[in-house]
Amino acid sequence: MQKYDDLTEFVLRMGDSALIQAQRLCEWTGKAPALEEELALMNVGLDLVGQARNWLDYAAELIGDGTDADALAYRRDERNYRNVLMVEQPNGDFAVTMLKQFLYDVWQFHMLSKLRESKDDRVAAIATKSLKEVTYHLRRSSDWIKRLGDGTEESHQRMVKAIDDVWRFTYDFLQLTEQENALIDSQVIGDVRDVAAQWQTKVNAVFVASTLTVPKPAEPFYLNSREGVHSECLGALLAEMQYLQRAHPNASW
Amino acid sequence: MRPGNLEGLIATDQESAPKTDKDLPFARQVLADVMDPEVPAVSVVDLGIVRDIGWQDGHIRVLITPTYSGCPATEAIEEAIRDALIAAGFVQAEVIQRLDPAWTTDWITDEGREKLRAYGISPPSGSASKRSLTSEPPVVLCPICNSDHTERVSEFGSTACKALYRCCDCLEPFDYFKCI
Ligand SMILES: [Zn+2]
Repeated sequence: MQKYDDLTEFVLRMGDSALIQAQRLCEWTGKAPALEEELALMNVGLDLVGQARNWLDYAAELIGDGTDADALAYRRDERNYRNVLMVEQPNGDFAVTMLKQFLYDVWQFHMLSKLRESKDDRVAAIATKSLKEVTYHLRRSSDWIKRLGDGTEESHQRMVKAIDDVWRFTYDFLQLTEQENALIDSQVIGDVRDVAAQWQTKVNAVFVASTLTVPKPAEPFYLNSREGVHSECLGALLAEMQYLQRAHPNASW
Repeated sequence: MRPGNLEGLIATDQESAPKTDKDLPFARQVLADVMDPEVPAVSVVDLGIVRDIGWQDGHIRVLITPTYSGCPATEAIEEAIRDALIAAGFVQAEVIQRLDPAWTTDWITDEGREKLRAYGISPPSGSASKRSLTSEPPVVLCPICNSDHTERVSEFGSTACKALYRCCDCLEPFDYFKCI
């Protein structure tokens, strides 16, 4: 596993999370439940690909060995991916997809809000730009949690099952590493220490409004996204996403 | 993706001397004819994508800002701007992307808003800087009959910058240029 300096690791975490979430959304192409939903899923994915590109462009500059955003996206192995565990989980049904989106949106929204205050100009600029888009994403995914949770008997049951399926991965949103704390102390990045509490408050509020029970906070287990120890499914996702550049390196069109 | 309405410029300017820093106002006119590839009713100047037109190291330099992070038109716009300037007599043209300050629909010119409406797209309503996560939905006017009796069909539309609406009076569906 490749380890970079603290800032690069953090920038990769933001970029990789956006990229993998976008890739999962793409899987809905051609099979969303309604045309409007398909457009929405793809548009959110497109925003996230753009955000991933901004982060990975910056990561490539920080690494400074001639790599670029495409190489980082298409030629890194799963052990070198730093994305949060939630985004790599399979889409499941529409309830799982929207729940994953919502939990990630809440994290993004609060992270980016704070990252706007980073002393690092690039981090601040990317966060400011991304937050405008994420505000839209969060409004939409919150609405869906309410519609499904407080909807029909079936949609409610599916939300309950979705929470059961993915809740254990949420611990990743709640913890900061020593290295991230150092970045905060030196003000290179904004103070994201409150994000865990803000995440819990927002998720609780939406769950309660959706007649959904809030599980107790998830506990860490053996997976560790910062160390590249991901769920099995990330490897399969990357195999598909990276196929073309692996089979035909530097192919362009 | 080629900029429109440049035939006249190309014909008259080919014979003249290469453009210099004194021709920056002219460059602005040239860019006013470079249309957004996804919303061809408005130019890159109308949309507020062009942030600065300057002269550096002996050539023209244009700063642009993307509308949305993932806007697939950004590269096409860069290329269209470069092509238009070179066709207009600037020997070398540099186009640089800047994220900061982040683009906002508040930068769309009044003329741009009018052009959007005429094209059938309802322009952004209100000020982006005053909106937040919990803001009330904006009042969106139907671009066809001007009614404010409209409803949102989808938070997203044919491109990232638009949402889908429907007019409850004339019943026409239309695109709304989201306020960000
Ligand atoms: Zn109408």
